[in-house]
Amino acid sequence: MIPFTLQKVLTEAEAIAAAGQGGRYIAGGTTLIDLMREEVERPEKLVDINALPIKHIRAEGGDLVIGALARMSEVAAHPETQRLQPLIAETLVEGASPQLRNVASIGGNLLQRCRCPFFRMLDAGCNKRAPGTGCSAIEGLNGGHAILGTSDQCAATHPSDLAVALIALDATMRVTGPGYERSFPVDELFRLPGTTPHLEHTLRPGELIAEIRVPGGPHARRARYLKVRDRSSYEFAVVSAAAALHVEGGIVRDARIACGGVGTRPWRMRAVERALIGKAPDRAAFEAAARQATEGVKPLSGNHYKVELLPRTIVRALEMAGEVA
Amino acid sequence: MTMQAIGKPHSRVDGRAKVTGGARYAAEFNQPDQLYAVVVGSTVGLGRILRIDAGAVAQMPGVRAVISHLNAPRLAYQPHKGGTDPANGERLHVLQDDQVRFYGQPVAVIVADSLDHAERAAAALAVSYAGETPVVDPLDAKVQPVAPQAGRAGADRSRGDADAAFAAAPVTVEASFDMARENHTPMEPHATIAAWSGDRLTLWSKSQFVVNEQAEIAAIFGMPAANVQVICPFVGGGFGTSLRTWPHVTLAAIAARQVGRPVKLVLTRRQMFHTTGHRPRTLQRVALGATTDGRLTSLIHEGSGETSRYEQFVEALTSTSGFMYSCPNVRTRYRLLPMDTGTPTFMRGPGEASGMYAVESAIDELSYKLGIDPVELRRRNEPAIDEAEKLPFSSRSLMQCYALGAERFGWASRDPRPRAMRDGRLLIGWGVASASYPCFFSPASARVRLLADGSAEVEAASSDMGPGTYTSMTQVAAETLSLPLDKVRFSLGRSDFPATPSHGGSQTMSSVGSAVRAACLAVQAELAKRAVADRRSQLFGASIDSVEWREGRLSRKGDAAAGPSYSELVTGAGGSPVEAGASAARDAAIAKQYSMHAFGAVFVEVSVDPDLGLVRLRRAVGAYGAGRIVNPKLATSQCIGGMVGGLGMALMERTALDPRDGRPVNAHMGDYLVPVNLDVPHLEAHFVEEQDPHVNPLGVKGLGEVALVGMAPAIANAVFHATGKRVRELPIRIENLLDV
Repeated sequence: MIPFTLQKVLTEAEAIAAAGQGGRYIAGGTTLIDLMREEVERPEKLVDINALPIKHIRAEGGDLVIGALARMSEVAAHPETQRLQPLIAETLVEGASPQLRNVASIGGNLLQRCRCPFFRMLDAGCNKRAPGTGCSAIEGLNGGHAILGTSDQCAATHPSDLAVALIALDATMRVTGPGYERSFPVDELFRLPGTTPHLEHTLRPGELIAEIRVPGGPHARRARYLKVRDRSSYEFAVVSAAAALHVEGGIVRDARIACGGVGTRPWRMRAVERALIGKAPDRAAFEAAARQATEGVKPLSGNHYKVELLPRTIVRALEMAGEVA
Repeated sequence: MTMQAIGKPHSRVDGRAKVTGGARYAAEFNQPDQLYAVVVGSTVGLGRILRIDAGAVAQMPGVRAVISHLNAPRLAYQPHKGGTDPANGERLHVLQDDQVRFYGQPVAVIVADSLDHAERAAAALAVSYAGETPVVDPLDAKVQPVAPQAGRAGADRSRGDADAAFAAAPVTVEASFDMARENHTPMEPHATIAAWSGDRLTLWSKSQFVVNEQAEIAAIFGMPAANVQVICPFVGGGFGTSLRTWPHVTLAAIAARQVGRPVKLVLTRRQMFHTTGHRPRTLQRVALGATTDGRLTSLIHEGSGETSRYEQFVEALTSTSGFMYSCPNVRTRYRLLPMDTGTPTFMRGPGEASGMYAVESAIDELSYKLGIDPVELRRRNEPAIDEAEKLPFSSRSLMQCYALGAERFGWASRDPRPRAMRDGRLLIGWGVASASYPCFFSPASARVRLLADGSAEVEAASSDMGPGTYTSMTQVAAETLSLPLDKVRFSLGRSDFPATPSHGGSQTMSSVGSAVRAACLAVQAELAKRAVADRRSQLFGASIDSVEWREGRLSRKGDAAAGPSYSELVTGAGGSPVEAGASAARDAAIAKQYSMHAFGAVFVEVSVDPDLGLVRLRRAVGAYGAGRIVNPKLATSQCIGGMVGGLGMALMERTALDPRDGRPVNAHMGDYLVPVNLDVPHLEAHFVEEQDPHVNPLGVKGLGEVALVGMAPAIANAVFHATGKRVRELPIRIENLLDV
């Protein structure tokens, strides 16, 4: 690991000032330290934000509000999470391992780096790690890679389960910058790789994620997350789907669907949602709607099976959501 | 009443030390003034080193040495073939030339005053290569299969005319199987701390075979074996990867000599996939012919496995095919596929696990073709003798295993039709397979010291990678000496202890256990000899044949009165410990009279989600005929561990190589999947009563390997029963089952 300085800060203002001088925020560190050990990440200065008072988890009206430094395990176990947004609890528990969830923060979870194996190997080309060095996966072993949102520069999937749920639920985030605050949909946090795969998010330099807000609604109770993978735990999604339904009078009034494991960012399935509105929530409708999910997919040599698996995962997630009383 | 220690479910004698951090593993033997070494591996899969820019990193903070083929000492590399080294070929000579034979091959080692400094220099070291594209795919047309040069395990064998019988058979099955490369992935990484004192070298080194590591390093450095001491009291999981002495041990010793200080070298998790062996990928073809009532008339088993270009790694891929079934016409053929890779090595159930996956899958296919229950099909083809060797089995309880396993599993209620059993939307499959592994018994020695306090110290080089060697050997000694367990202290893991064979091949209980027993008897004999010759002893003058050991006391035969205890005898003789050593080895005459193997039957239930391609193991029952069970608690634990290994083989484990440079792409515990707790359901291990007086004096057969063999084909067979689709490659993954 390359030596670095570590500055502990007590206020957001202090944090933002430190970041303005080139510091990188560190909270749980479960991604960053791991990557620093392999010299994939080489920050010169870390800003320890763990003392900042943004660890809250509470209900505000019907919204669930989560401080960026709340730990995954705390959020998953919190009664307000389970009451207002059981989907959030479910996605959190499906992610990582208990040890990691005890340490990893919610803000860090959204900014975690990709799991493409070549990203972690310094002797392999990777446009995300080292722009211009090429992508080792596109012409190589890519069974775990994305089929949506790829470019000829990168096909790495975004690894977060939580982000899939947040995007499905139209969550927003509040960030603090030098002298300002702004809020925007979590959906707008993530970029597509395009010709700049090393740029993964839309935060401006020094901005700090302060809080996530998940709006409530009639869909929130009827919401499930399905993570399909060969190993039952501690594996990133092969394909995953978050599905939330609002059914009234035997008709789907509202549907929220997002998927993981298939896109270079968490992927909202708006066409599938549109196809469900006004339909009876049955398997035939789910299957017909899920066919929309593969519109525009670009499978690589090793991941054609994901094209098959994606709609099936959505159908099952919808069925699970439909079964929730 | 005789003290009985063998057969009791004692808890591990080292359990407390292990869970409280008291057990010290190789990398924990930090030495004063120790420096740190980090290996630099090749980033090309084949070629030649052109340049190493050592000068730049030599100036980096804390760096003490940059060692490569340019400045490494030319080592003796005297001939040495230990029991776990390939018989043919020559081991990798590390840092001796500019040739790169496989991706990750060590090309340099950095020594620095801290691990951080060594890692930074290792990452910064610029090495340029003239690289070529390696051949790493066994299906590549450039791969030229070769017959193993020698060795019984790899020999082609034939009886009758299997091809003609296959052509004439009314019912046939012919199928090909592809099983992925696996890496051992133990929790503990390979680690060596090397310290020179003059011309003497001490290695605290992760090893399942300390006496071979001693001999190997001595041969490499051209020094007397007596000058090398290897110490390894605990192994944090091995599965075979620590049976050989890999190049990092040599690198640690080179580094320590170069800098004149002790040096610690721990491989990274990624490096654990490069240079420390693997289970070779295998390609197999099985052809079976049978009569319509299910009698085998032909069994053809052809298989090939990866090896390196510099050594022939041979495993017993086809060896069980000659004796598992009664069949007049059998032909086996085994080939090696030399490629640009490091040499594979033994991994739990080596050969048998891979080979029986193919044959037990094909037998299962045959059962469906015949419409005969797969257990019944095996019963109809159960041989009376080993038809390959034309020898009786020393014992063979396979049918008893099937009976016990079937009863515990509830096999009788199985609906034989594929896709007939369901649980909601899940397809349920029940599968079964046989397991077998030879009963090895290699020459081993041990020594025992009786102390004045009446306790015993027992020593053997040996190893304990988890099965419970400490505990089981304590039990053997306690039983033989009629002492309570807490009066026996067994020590292992030092090359200056009496020599033992490799802690692999399921032979530790048989070999080391027999030696411990022999040494206990020898120390009793020594003590008795002294007692009858000692004027101060109440047994003075008695003839040696007139005394006997009864419950730890030396008594006169026919005299009900108890004689003196160990403590009284040792104290009476002056108080100095009384010591004796002994060896044990298989009687060569017995070995020619019997075919000796452990057997087992494995029953599993899987669910398959037909929409999502997900297979999950729901339960498993293994029944084993493994001779005498020294400790049922540890034996059960060992079998469950083996079953979990078989689960990984069936559904998860696969080292994926990049065809462009041969790199293991998923060399990471997050990407190389092994089962986690949530994958492991209720597993049961049962043992059939089996008394085998021929295998060894203890009557034990060994369990480590047979517990893994059979699990993967049972799961694959259950997947077929659930889905009606026969997947003939392992691991079976989501993408294999999206069309069921």
